[in-house]
Amino acid sequence: MEASTLATARPDKSLTLTDRMARNLGWFSIGLGIAELVAPGKVGRAVGLDGQENVLRAYGVREIGAGVGALSIDPAPFIWSRVAGDLLDLGTLAQGLKGQGEAKRNAAIAIGAVAAITLIDVAVALSLGKERARERGETRDYSDRSGFPSGAAKARGAGRPKEEKKIATRELEVTT
Amino acid sequence: MKALVWHGKQDIRYDTVPDPEIEDGRDAIIKVTSCAICGSDLHLFHNLMPGMKPGDIVGHETMGEVVEVGKDNKALKKGDRIVVPFTIICGECHQCRKGNFSVCERTNRNKDLGDKVFGHATAGLFGYTHLTGGYSGGQAEYLRVPFADATHIKVPDSMTDEQALFLSDIFPTGWQAAVYCDIEPTDTVAVWGCGPVGQMTIRSAILLGAKQVIAIDRLPERLAMAAAAGAIPINFEEESVIERLNELTNGKGPEKCIDAVGMEAHATSSVDALYDRAKQMTMMETDRPHVLREMMYVCRPGGTLSIPGVYGGVLDKVPFGMVMNKGLTIRTGQTHVNRWADDLVRRIEEGQIDPSFVITHTTGLDEGPGMYRTFEHKQDDCIKVVLKP
Ligand SMILES: NC(=O)c1ccc[n+]([C@@H]2O[C@H](COP(=O)([O-])OP(=O)(O)OC[C@H]3O[C@@H](n4cnc5c(N)ncnc54)[C@H](O)[C@@H]3O)[C@@H](O)[C@H]2O)c1
Ligand SMILES: [Zn+2]
Ligand SMILES: [Zn+2]
Repeated sequence: MEASTLATARPDKSLTLTDRMARNLGWFSIGLGIAELVAPGKVGRAVGLDGQENVLRAYGVREIGAGVGALSIDPAPFIWSRVAGDLLDLGTLAQGLKGQGEAKRNAAIAIGAVAAITLIDVAVALSLGKERARERGETRDYSDRSGFPSGAAKARGAGRPKEEKKIATRELEVTT
Repeated sequence: MKALVWHGKQDIRYDTVPDPEIEDGRDAIIKVTSCAICGSDLHLFHNLMPGMKPGDIVGHETMGEVVEVGKDNKALKKGDRIVVPFTIICGECHQCRKGNFSVCERTNRNKDLGDKVFGHATAGLFGYTHLTGGYSGGQAEYLRVPFADATHIKVPDSMTDEQALFLSDIFPTGWQAAVYCDIEPTDTVAVWGCGPVGQMTIRSAILLGAKQVIAIDRLPERLAMAAAAGAIPINFEEESVIERLNELTNGKGPEKCIDAVGMEAHATSSVDALYDRAKQMTMMETDRPHVLREMMYVCRPGGTLSIPGVYGGVLDKVPFGMVMNKGLTIRTGQTHVNRWADDLVRRIEEGQIDPSFVITHTTGLDEGPGMYRTFEHKQDDCIKVVLKP
């Protein structure tokens, strides 16, 4: 039977840069999530969101969920969920800009950092989609692959022993 | 030598490793001429089978030429061309003598571990987890075959590698799955999964004379290949499996149901699918038994569930009440390759079947890691990959 090879060489390592980036984002998510859960006050002060502990705790749970998913074999939906989370974060941080002095400055820095991460998240999510798309490569026609050299029509029942109806219970008698 | 080496989840590399050496008098070493990637390799690739270690050489569908023979091995000589069954067998123990080769009592060198996890250890398997002996696999330039005087299938020179290679696993696996159904000429056999194992199962059920064979999957190219053999396709993303199966059997359900999917079943928009995914991800459940649930529900009372698909651990929400009350028979297991091999060699020679139909991709061993991804993501209409070291 004709077997074919794609012209493009395939890599000799299965894990791609994108996969590794996705996993790094996963660990980052989990780390941040834990910080938001156990020290929401500290995190809040650092990003100009004093007194919003409960919001931060909820966000922590969200980050951990996305992180666990990003470490799974199918990270794409979870990286996209991180993108959605990033946008939510940006919205929340924007409130911090209404503050004064140091709080305002911290919020601005945090917004810059989250915006940068958002770009990375989007890039990784897009690239995961591309690398894993079913559509990659050729479409082939298998309608002639019956596997029966004398054709599918003649094959039905061709493997049954002629002399008797039951084959199955004889399996133990077949020797090596 | 070069080999495909497991480093972790979705991480297989083409590495340089030490050449294998004869370790026991019964061993043989083969120079691999062809090997293949199996759906079971994907379970390892996804790190769903416990007991893998970074550095393990993978692969269990292998054939080649004998280049070295241990001093006690009288069955093989240099230059012999053999297919290596994925189950390592001693040929002498109580189970081997009964033909239950995949549960050979002697070849699993991590028997203690296997006993703890499964109650009783299975046979040693090539390129699989340390629960099954941790033997180096055959996606490599050379392979040490332990117990090689029993663990081999000799194939005639007239047969090509492509025709013979799948005697190592998927052809006998499909055959055993069909034989376990005790197929009668009035039977409808429904096969879940049209991967390589499903394809072999479908052909086996047809050869064994089932009235109709129904093939279930979601990938159009796999359904097309199933239809080419004469199976009736059902695309589970487009139609209801239960409804279609009942329609095709006058509302009575198929007598025989075969699970050629295993622990990584997909399900569309069903509650149990989300439940299983969440549990598997949080490691509260090891397998996703959607297909088992479907089979138990739709199978005709008094019928048989044959399960070649691999499961690794504990399954949740399995409606066993249906099995009991409908009086279903369940048959399963890793394949007893050597129980069927000689008979199947004959069937290939006689032209009943040519297993090479399933090969869609052939590349060098060096491109193997990339092919794992192509096979994993069902890209490029990939169904079966053969690698040539
Ligand atoms: N018993 C044995 O000794 C033995 C030997 C070889 C392989 N196996 C097992 O057989 C199984 C299949 O192997 P393969 O190489 O064909 O793998 P594969 O991954 O190529 O095929 C699995 C197929 O099942 C389909 N599928 C997924 N969910 C489904 C659903 N809900 N309903 C119907 N189809 C569904 C997939 O689309 C895919 O085509 C694996 O679990 C493998 O480990 C067992
Ligand atoms: Zn296999
Ligand atoms: Zn034995």
